[in-house]
Amino acid sequence: MSGEVQASTEEQQEMQDTVVSPEKAEEVKLKARYPHLGTRPGGSDLLRKRLQKGQQKYFDSGDYNMAKAKMKNKQLPTAAAEKTEITGDHIPTPQDLPQRKQSLVASKLAF
Amino acid sequence: VQGPRGGVGGGNDFQWCFSQVKGAIDEDVAEADIISTVEFNCSGELLATGDKGGRVVIFQREQESKNRLLSRGEYNVYSTFQSHEPEFDYLKSLEIEEKINKIRWLPQQNAAHFLLSANDKTIKLWKISERDKRAEGYNLKDEDGRLRDQFRITTLRVPVLMPMDLMVEASPRRIFANAHTYHINSISVNSDYETYLSADDLRINLWHLEITDRSFNIVDIKPANMEELTEVITAAECHPHQCNVFVYSSSKGTIRLCDMRAAALCDRHSKFFEEPEDPSSRSFFSEIISSISDVKFSHSGRYMMTRDYLSVKVWDLNMENRPVETYQVHEYLRSKLCSLYENDCIFDKFECCWNGSDSAIMTGSYNNFFRMFDRNTRRDITLEASRENSKPRAMLKPRKVCTGGKRKKDEISVDSLDFNKKILHTAWHPKENVIAVAATNNLYIFQDKIN
Repeated sequence: MSGEVQASTEEQQEMQDTVVSPEKAEEVKLKARYPHLGTRPGGSDLLRKRLQKGQQKYFDSGDYNMAKAKMKNKQLPTAAAEKTEITGDHIPTPQDLPQRKQSLVASKLAF
Repeated sequence: VQGPRGGVGGGNDFQWCFSQVKGAIDEDVAEADIISTVEFNCSGELLATGDKGGRVVIFQREQESKNRLLSRGEYNVYSTFQSHEPEFDYLKSLEIEEKINKIRWLPQQNAAHFLLSANDKTIKLWKISERDKRAEGYNLKDEDGRLRDQFRITTLRVPVLMPMDLMVEASPRRIFANAHTYHINSISVNSDYETYLSADDLRINLWHLEITDRSFNIVDIKPANMEELTEVITAAECHPHQCNVFVYSSSKGTIRLCDMRAAALCDRHSKFFEEPEDPSSRSFFSEIISSISDVKFSHSGRYMMTRDYLSVKVWDLNMENRPVETYQVHEYLRSKLCSLYENDCIFDKFECCWNGSDSAIMTGSYNNFFRMFDRNTRRDITLEASRENSKPRAMLKPRKVCTGGKRKKDEISVDSLDFNKKILHTAWHPKENVIAVAATNNLYIFQDKIN
């Protein structure tokens, strides 16, 4: 086989950078994948994203409640509410009604 | 803690053994079950956890029995309650997560226990109290609470206090709301036992524990023009003894110490801690990985510790220009920053903690590994929180990550690390060598083997 291909100067520089700093090598990799990444390191965009914490914005409270309802249906239902029906003879008073069951699931750490 | 060898220390001086693990073994972890904070109370008798579902679970250490010499008391569930619920901010059309960001205990002053729990916007003071007696023999109502028919009541009796099974009740005593525009990242109880601070990305507020309709803003770094925003507050803590001093860390890797006697608004720091950076090594990632995710004073109050993405640094409060100690947590990740940026892991916020005597520090890493550093011997150890090592009192084997080519037996290569298994939250018992490690939805408790 004839001699190896001479490494281009760019590759040599990159190799040097790798030797000098693994961080710089990673930066080169990142810039190669995302050439339009902000020129200023870190920068306000990142901070702004941080302040918003990647929160999903809803159109309004109705939109929010619909989204929550969809999620609740996906999860396993909690213990079905016991229905000791109070109907018939008298008008129920607060003392007659059964204790309201917790609608939220307890933590699994507590078992 | 004085050991039989006569010295104090963590890391290799001790033999960490599995004690307990709490939580489900589900493969599919529900997001609500992810533990978001772990904290021992001041005596170490109670251990609290908060999760993404807004729930708090408190464990209590059982009394040591003389028969079981080989293991210290175990932690069992003492109380559990829903601290925060999801809310909807109507003005901004954003959800307010119920996730508990921080729990901090108040020092105990009577039979009841008090803790502060915070989500992104609201802090609540919870009272946890025991009830072991109940009144019986009411005149106007039955034992199950129903009103008795008036005409049936012919005698008058005095209700009697009867013993009952221990019931632990948690009740919200104060709700500190509407003081944070941005997301709360820290709360810290002051040594005066009367006030506490809460910090969000741009502001820090001082509260009085009795007063909920008012709080003092003591730090405000919001620029007039948000385009000029260069850094945010990442953590804050009150000094353990000096009630006028607190520190806050930033996303730029700096820490500011403030003295509340100097001014009402502590925008100007008393001390500014920053390690000089080598300009030639600066990269796109430099600022991101220098962001401090946690700051903790030592128990002595003389030092403070900061956690950034790759290291833990110990600072002497008397020296601002550089840390006195630097410990590498997982330096092998420096050559993986590109992928860690892409999968957002580079923004993970690891916490750190001191042991009771300030001789050792602990912090988490990936693959359910956590690291301990002995400040005296300078030795460090990597341990793993895993159900595979969960036989009672089983000693934990040190783990090693292989960075180079040849992987030895029992070593794990960097590329095989599971970055979804992050240990962000750890806690060290204030007096003993007992540690609590949160691994996603499981809580591990490890103890030092008693010789």
